[in-house]
Amino acid sequence: MDPFLLEALLNGVLLGGVFALPVLGLNLVFGVVDVIWLCYAELVMVGMYAVWFLYTQMGWPLALAFAVCLAVVAMLGLLLHLLVVRPLLGSPPISQVLATGGVLFVLQGAATLVFSTDFRSLGVEMPPMEMGEVFISGTKLAAFIAALTGAGVLWAFLKFTYVGTAIRAIARDREVMPLMGVDPQRIYLIASAVGGALAGLAACLLVVQLDVHPFIGLSFGPITFMICVMGGLGNMLGGFLAAFLMGLIVSTGGFWWNTEMSYVVAFLFFILVIFLRPRGLFAR
Amino acid sequence: MKPDRSSRPLGGLLLPAILLAALACVPLLSPPDYLMHVMITMLLTALAGTGWAMMGRFGLVSFGHGAFLGIASYTMALLWNLYGITPWLGIPIGVAAAVAAAVLLGYPSFRLRVVGHYFALVTLAAGEIVRILIVALRDITGGSLGMTPEQAEPGMGFFALQFGKVGFWWIALLAWAGGLLAWRALDRSMSSKALAAIAEDEDAAASVGIRVTREKLKVTMISAGLAALAGALTAQYRMYLNPESLAGLGISLQIVFGAIAGGMYSPIGPTIGALITIGLDESLRIGFGTQFIGAAPFVYGILLVLFMLFLPRGIAGLLERRRRPPQSAATPAREAAARP
Repeated sequence: MDPFLLEALLNGVLLGGVFALPVLGLNLVFGVVDVIWLCYAELVMVGMYAVWFLYTQMGWPLALAFAVCLAVVAMLGLLLHLLVVRPLLGSPPISQVLATGGVLFVLQGAATLVFSTDFRSLGVEMPPMEMGEVFISGTKLAAFIAALTGAGVLWAFLKFTYVGTAIRAIARDREVMPLMGVDPQRIYLIASAVGGALAGLAACLLVVQLDVHPFIGLSFGPITFMICVMGGLGNMLGGFLAAFLMGLIVSTGGFWWNTEMSYVVAFLFFILVIFLRPRGLFAR
Repeated sequence: MKPDRSSRPLGGLLLPAILLAALACVPLLSPPDYLMHVMITMLLTALAGTGWAMMGRFGLVSFGHGAFLGIASYTMALLWNLYGITPWLGIPIGVAAAVAAAVLLGYPSFRLRVVGHYFALVTLAAGEIVRILIVALRDITGGSLGMTPEQAEPGMGFFALQFGKVGFWWIALLAWAGGLLAWRALDRSMSSKALAAIAEDEDAAASVGIRVTREKLKVTMISAGLAALAGALTAQYRMYLNPESLAGLGISLQIVFGAIAGGMYSPIGPTIGALITIGLDESLRIGFGTQFIGAAPFVYGILLVLFMLFLPRGIAGLLERRRRPPQSAATPAREAAARP
């Protein structure tokens, strides 16, 4: 096998792991609260800035910066729900989506005002690893493992805790669960915080690989939504698998053509999936 | 839907015609160049917003109208730069190309019943595809650096559709009025009733014999055509094209914002929205100077959220409808307040 193709495939899997976290977070929020957070990628951007600021400007240890980033973005998720989403729960979906779109602009503008449009780099790099003829970036591999761990923790939380069970139940039937003594508003809050924390984790994994700038959300935001829909909105496992599929398309697309065309192919693939399997790739 | 003021085809058009004539005379007052520039930008933005709201008000929410602006403007500019085809022809060709793209996207979407969130995301993907293609084809489009239509030789300005602000004011005014006329024509046709029924319940509409796909496709084509015309004229007026300002998610959301803020259920709403957004844009540019790139989206975003929370029908909705729409107020459930 062509070592470059092999490398592209491996990178695709690693990329999929990074896509997977925001997809899971978005899916959780959509499945539970039934609202699309159009500004999800911007929450990730805020987290990336938090890590960059604490690590390079304040000189904090990286682990502590990561922990604060998780907390900050989880708080942002809570605030987003309380200030914007909750008052709109009874409104048509378009109002909800556009309001979170407004938050997208607010976060972008705030980041530009505070940090300017410069690209900020963390300057952390792990040595590449050599496997036969193939080189893999150590940073990407570490991020991949962390993403899988995060997904595993989320799965365990949803599967084995009382709150997790309530979350899954309300995603399945939001009419009946309140009758069973589950307070939906409380579950919405928890889901929003967890969704925010997942964005924070994604931020930690992205900031070591990419330079952060105020518009970085636009570069991976759209594809995150598409993956989410491809996997079936609210379908966690489907979203998780679709993330890897999209990662492979983007990465091997870069091998056959160039990076830009690979995104065109990925988006066309998304449109085709919606036309042919509107309930998601993995719907039964 | 409002009943028509008159059964005659041109009924109720007298006042708008007088207003239009008055606007056409504005250059006679020789306003400063800057003011002309702002007003032309407002008209073209209003046209794009009118196009978007044409379908947006029937629940066909597109996050990809940037695609139509991009296709039309780049087609026009490339035809001029590469083959010397005048924009007088280039604009219709570009608009036709954008409408064709709308059919290509719309027909399968409507046929296969892609609605709501899904339709919004399909259009979002389409807008991004056009933006990335423009960037990727940088050998002829100039990529993210943008491109400029070539200057016409002296004396050929009219042929090349390159003339001063006054000429463009009239062209923009005509195009904008055309957009409003299209809105009026749609409102007076059976299609608007059919579309309102479809927006309410697609299955029920189909069951009484409304051809859902055809009606949706028709309004999508009109909407895309108007947005495309706005895009091509904007590019030709500015003499500069850029993938970020003519395609992709950013510009698409800006169009949506203008239409929503003004009110997408009223023909004049998107125009009010354009007055607000461009006016805001310019005052922020003056007020914030170099900080403008950050301050503008910040203020926009807050306004968009506030509009959605308190004024979802936009400013025109405030002016037009005294009676409140029969829509249940959002219910911030009480039990949530009790526990954290």
